[in-house]
Amino acid sequence: MNEIAPLVLSTNMGHGAQMVIAVLVGVGFGFVLERAGFGRADNLASIFYGRDFRVMRVMFTAIVTAMLGLYFLDLFGVMALGNIGLLPTHLLPQLVGGLLLGAGFIIGGYCPGTSLVASMSGKVDGMVFVGGLLLGSVMFTVSYDWLAGFHASGDMGRMLLHEYFGLPSAVVVLAVTLFAAFALWGARRIEIIVRASAGLSKEVP
Amino acid sequence: MKQTRPLWNPYVAGVALGLVLLASFFVTGQGLGASGAAKRLGAVVLHHASPTWAEENGNIGKYFTPARSAMNSWIVFLALGVAVGGLAGSITSRRFKVETVRGPRVGRDVRLWLALAGGVVSGVAAQIARGCTSGQALSGGAQLALGSWVFMFSVFGGAYALAYFMRRQWI
Repeated sequence: MNEIAPLVLSTNMGHGAQMVIAVLVGVGFGFVLERAGFGRADNLASIFYGRDFRVMRVMFTAIVTAMLGLYFLDLFGVMALGNIGLLPTHLLPQLVGGLLLGAGFIIGGYCPGTSLVASMSGKVDGMVFVGGLLLGSVMFTVSYDWLAGFHASGDMGRMLLHEYFGLPSAVVVLAVTLFAAFALWGARRIEIIVRASAGLSKEVP
Repeated sequence: MKQTRPLWNPYVAGVALGLVLLASFFVTGQGLGASGAAKRLGAVVLHHASPTWAEENGNIGKYFTPARSAMNSWIVFLALGVAVGGLAGSITSRRFKVETVRGPRVGRDVRLWLALAGGVVSGVAAQIARGCTSGQALSGGAQLALGSWVFMFSVFGGAYALAYFMRRQWI
């Protein structure tokens, strides 16, 4: 391979160095999540009541930023998309898992990554959520014989949106960028209406 | 008490998060993740209870090799970093505080039981979907993986569908 990245491949990085880098990346990830306000369940849950779309703003901006970076790096031959880890698509398990994760989010107030940040910010509910997460993981493993068929169903392998729809990748990259911009514009309109009817200040704190 | 630092502007935080994710891909060839660490920790607990059973389990058996401990993995070190980064962030912003976050209309005990229930559901869900908001929605979403986008819309769908029934907990 001629691309300079991912560095782990181009430099034949050893296991120890990779683990050190994983810690450093994690520190950046955890710090940004905290500064984004994701260490508190009430900040996270308010998106689901239309009062504060901060979560969506951060999430969509992050996805578009990383997507543009990835596709331009691929275009310029710096890093081939095919050389980075991609989870296989299993449509039905991802649909069901997504619905359940959304349910867990509104019931518990966190998702797995944010619950860890909340725990480290002293939030007791975050610590309890992490405990639940471990319990849920163990429950899945214990029931695996029974769930394995469903878990493996509908395997489509590595499947990207533009491959699925038969479009050039540039079209989908542009469409996703426009979709994110439109969604955030719409979210702001909803936020204004909901905040007015709830008697809150127009601007999100 | 001194004032807490304000949160970052959400678009600034979004660009920063996107750059962390991009840096992760650039250096390690992997995205971000969180639930995988819980899976491995749970696997180690089960292995302590019954090594043979755990090693033969279809979900976690592959983690137990003579070469390396099940916890000696990229996703576990990443989670360790997230914990350190979260702690550093909350201390430097003066937001570190031992408390139970809850809406004005819910008691502490109910809130904690719901946090436990939500955690359990999320633990199962992340396994079924092969990842959570970090590994699927963020990392897979940025790569434009079909399944990750289905997952992301499903997360919003599941949460909005139950939001009405959970309103007393949050607003």
